[in-house]
Amino acid sequence: MIRPDIFTETAAALKNIYDTQLPELRQLKDWQSRYRILMTLGKALPVFDSDGHRDEFLVQGCESKAWLLHYQDPVTTQHFWAFDSDARIVKGLIILILAQVNGLTAEEFARASPELLLNELQLQQNISPSRSNGLLAVLTKIKNVI
Amino acid sequence: MNFDLPALRQQFPFFTAHPDWIYLDNAATLHKPQAVFDAMNQFYCAQNSNVHRSAHGLSQQATAAFEAARTIVAQFLNARSSHEIIWTSGTTAGFNQLVFGLMGPVLQSGDRVLISTMEHHANIVPWHIHALPFGVELDVVPLTADHRFDLSAFAELLKLKPKVVSISHVSNALGHIQPIADIARLAKAAGAIVVLDGAQGIVWEKVDVQALDLDFYLFSGHKLYGPTGIGVLYGKTEYLELLRPLLGGGEMIKTVSFSQSSWNDLPYRLEAGTPNMAGAIGLGAAILWLQQQDIAAMQHHKKALVQRFYEGCRQIPGLELLSGPTTNAGIVALNLKNEHPADLATLLDQQKIAVRAGTHCAMPLFQALNSKGSVRFSFACYNSFDEIDRTLTALATAVELLTE
Ligand SMILES: Cc1ncc(COP(=O)(O)O)c(C=O)c1O
Repeated sequence: MIRPDIFTETAAALKNIYDTQLPELRQLKDWQSRYRILMTLGKALPVFDSDGHRDEFLVQGCESKAWLLHYQDPVTTQHFWAFDSDARIVKGLIILILAQVNGLTAEEFARASPELLLNELQLQQNISPSRSNGLLAVLTKIKNVI
Repeated sequence: MNFDLPALRQQFPFFTAHPDWIYLDNAATLHKPQAVFDAMNQFYCAQNSNVHRSAHGLSQQATAAFEAARTIVAQFLNARSSHEIIWTSGTTAGFNQLVFGLMGPVLQSGDRVLISTMEHHANIVPWHIHALPFGVELDVVPLTADHRFDLSAFAELLKLKPKVVSISHVSNALGHIQPIADIARLAKAAGAIVVLDGAQGIVWEKVDVQALDLDFYLFSGHKLYGPTGIGVLYGKTEYLELLRPLLGGGEMIKTVSFSQSSWNDLPYRLEAGTPNMAGAIGLGAAILWLQQQDIAAMQHHKKALVQRFYEGCRQIPGLELLSGPTTNAGIVALNLKNEHPADLATLLDQQKIAVRAGTHCAMPLFQALNSKGSVRFSFACYNSFDEIDRTLTALATAVELLTE
């Protein structure tokens, strides 16, 4: 069983990242500093237990391993996410995506373009369709689930 | 001959287009000299006609150019005859034809095939598709402690009497050069058919298929300074004669009625459909270009690049090297302790160093190494010492970011 509080804990961590680290990232001019922050983002998220790391949650198509959990609130219809990866940069990039879309309804999500932020921060110049690009695989999975 | 790197590099238009990148993904695909583009351009602009089919003189000219390329390959490998050269679309396609073709005439239920831990998926999955479902069994030569081909374990496994021994000439993931002369000699003595996957080996050294007494040798044009979409399956005539064609259609037949067809002679029997004419001519041009170079000097240069890179890596704390610097064809696989290879590769990409991260189409190898994968730096004759030094600086920056 996935423990239900992983979604509330993740939501709190993502909100904090959105409010504090994101503005900081926007200020930084050199790529080293941006990557330095990006690579620490994962530490703020709740740790997955072995249930979260089950193969059924693996996103196919990543060179690194990526697990994506999803929960939809039956009342508000909001979509919530939890995420883990064994690679730090992919994890940081996905966190920046999730920080923008966590808790959105399907209608709200349809109007969002969360990947634009990565271009703005010059973290991933282009989200290429390369099969090794975990980012694209996770984005596609989010879109498919919603 | 001497080795003039700037002059050599100038022949590769790619570097003019990307002066700010350092390309160290040469094991994935090589860049091509202008001579290859010229030959293909010339074919399309002045010779293009379908080969072997049409009655007109233009087709005969195209056929002559296409068959001349086959002869270039045959001479390059020292094959007995040019009909021992089968055009494929690449090593992968060659293996699929080979394995499919052996099933029945050569391999039957209960027969064994011997491969190694280091094989590329192209020398694993075709066996899964075409041979294992029919009762063929696959044995695997283990690695030594320093990630080399274990020759004594190989000798033991030969006692199981494999019908076919299929081994890579050079490991694409580690760069280690396999002891191919010993492998071929021992396998022949045990009565096996010997197949070498030359995808990474052919660019390292010249291969004499007769001297080594090889039964099959496969490679891809794009890893030999040639174009994509063309490859070679060399086979001894008597074994090629046995292979069942994987693809049926035009060109490969003698007669066809609605109830049956009889097959053409070699090499056409195994080349159904309109072949990659421009690709074959481009590969011929690549080989002619290569033969004009000092291959020994190229090899020497690549050895020196590997050596320099190794020495630099030893100065960077935390790096774990999976490949050794000796008997190495110019590929270095490494990891940063406790870090994912994808992270290291991304930080290098950010600094415009092109490398590959992952399991390099050799998942069973990394399972054997108990590793998530590696970052692979693969060098070519056109890489410079300056590029090695800049790569080492970039690598040190990436390592610092990941470990601080
Ligand atoms: C050792 C080895 N075998 C086979 C292949 C497959 O070659 P291709 O993809 O050109 O068919 C490769 C290419 O990566 C290789 O390195």
